[in-house]
Amino acid sequence: MNHAPEKIEHFGQDEALVLDSGVKLGPFSMAYETYGELNNDKSNVVLVCHALTGDQYAASTHPITGKPGWWSRMVGPGRPVDTERFFVICPNVIGSCLGSTGPASINPETGEPYGICFPVITINDMVKAQAQLLERLGIDDLFCVIGGSMGGMLVLQWAASYPEKVFAAAPIATAARHSSQNIAFHEVGRQAIMADPEWCGGRYAQEGRNPKKGLAVARMAAHITYLSENALHRKFGRNLQDRDAVTFGFDADFQVESYLRYQGVSFVDRFDANSYLYVTRAMDYFDLAQAHGGALAAAFKGTKTRFCVVSFTSDWLFPTEESREIVQALNANAANVSFVEIETDKGHDSFLLDEPEMIDAMDGFFRSAARARGLEDQGKGSHG
Amino acid sequence: MADNSPNPDNATTGLAVLEHRIDLQIIAKMVKPDSKVLDVGCGDGELLALLAEMHNIDGRGMELSQSGVNKCVARGLSVIQGDADRDLAEYPSDAFDFVILSQTLQATRNPREVLRQMLRVGRHAIVSFPNFGSWRVRSSLFFGGRMPVNESLPHNWYDTPNIHFCTIDDFTALCDEMNVTVEKAVALKANGQKMKFGHSRFVNLLGEQAVFLLRREINTRS
Repeated sequence: MNHAPEKIEHFGQDEALVLDSGVKLGPFSMAYETYGELNNDKSNVVLVCHALTGDQYAASTHPITGKPGWWSRMVGPGRPVDTERFFVICPNVIGSCLGSTGPASINPETGEPYGICFPVITINDMVKAQAQLLERLGIDDLFCVIGGSMGGMLVLQWAASYPEKVFAAAPIATAARHSSQNIAFHEVGRQAIMADPEWCGGRYAQEGRNPKKGLAVARMAAHITYLSENALHRKFGRNLQDRDAVTFGFDADFQVESYLRYQGVSFVDRFDANSYLYVTRAMDYFDLAQAHGGALAAAFKGTKTRFCVVSFTSDWLFPTEESREIVQALNANAANVSFVEIETDKGHDSFLLDEPEMIDAMDGFFRSAARARGLEDQGKGSHG
Repeated sequence: MADNSPNPDNATTGLAVLEHRIDLQIIAKMVKPDSKVLDVGCGDGELLALLAEMHNIDGRGMELSQSGVNKCVARGLSVIQGDADRDLAEYPSDAFDFVILSQTLQATRNPREVLRQMLRVGRHAIVSFPNFGSWRVRSSLFFGGRMPVNESLPHNWYDTPNIHFCTIDDFTALCDEMNVTVEKAVALKANGQKMKFGHSRFVNLLGEQAVFLLRREINTRS
């Protein structure tokens, strides 16, 4: 997990982030990646917000796994977020572990990793840190903010906190508040990590240990919620793994077991267990309506931002109904909003997958927003 | 896909695209340039796209079918999935200059409430509908004894989405009752020929379709 991100900005004690908890976090660092070129009037910036276990490598090879960018279907030359037209910034959120400050970072006061002495952060804190990064980079406003799942929460927070800086916003497969069921799943994951003796009360780095098993179980449980019953059935059914009959034991008899174990094991190489605790907590605390007197519509009062909300029929983690609530709140402000529900059986993960209707919708949204912003003449006609 | 959209520099090309929908052409002429428009039941966005290029409107659409919505968004229009009966209530009052309901009123569960909501949300409403009082409908019932099926009314009685048919006179009476001002009304004959109200006493007999431009009475908002 120890890798040095290429692009990183450091903020000193004097630029400390005042967190929602009241704690001051500083110094802190923000790691990020960029794609494409900034235009002269800096009007073509797209901020991509990653999901819970995502990172800044949206459209470039992951330094640890060697896999292509997690959103290279959405971001790249000729893609809806066209890197030939737009300047894309994708920061790693604070609390995460790919270069931005998180619980695995060294606490300057102790010289040791923060562990669970790291302050609890919120979606709003993540957005404030991103805003500070953009300010450092000399970027005043954003052509578009886009993201799925937790990334969608950041998109909503951006639109609510900085309406005048966000020309367009695309919250995908997300919700304006984390549901009780989702908090419950997160709690299962956190308990799995903390129940692992290797967790050592969060001080595993100091003790030279790593709660890999707990983190793997957390990932396995979460991974089920990213899929759907149909998708699992289509992919695996009750098929057995490299055997003709069940073994009357607890080996991975079924393909679905083997698949989940692989998902769990491969995850621990690229993610920090404490970061998993902190970032899931940030999602749990997210409730945009509560932060605006209980009325979600108040979060978007008078907004001029153009929105495109996207949901997926088989997503039971962030069901369409939750996207519809966002749309209703925007309609209550007569906001410029599109809402697309994509029919698919691939569940929550659909936003990362090859869903042509989502790509077409995003392409239309970005093109019309670019026209409205006067960006149309730069490199057009590469798609369609 | 965006490349299929008509040339924004040539509004008449846009109108030609709608040659087969004279009612949409009439609606397009009723909408003022640079206005804010909500098209309820916008289908695949034909009218919204035309209004955007002809009149530079700030347009929104609501469409019942999700595939229609997805097509609209892919062509760059701001459209949501929604139901006229249920979802107009979400919008604030006076949010739009024009709220359009084209060939959909007769398919709503509560046309009167839909009309009221349209005129709450918008300063103007434009409504087009098939005229159930036309001579063809009357003769189908009178001579044939059967529910009419023709180009403007293509469904059989058992599979029609149209559950609240009305005649032009019915609609005018409803507008009176609701204190709604009819600013403009045009009827279309079967051959597409336009008939202005007032010029003929026979619009309710000869008109196959009608397009109404309505305005809320200032003091009687319910």
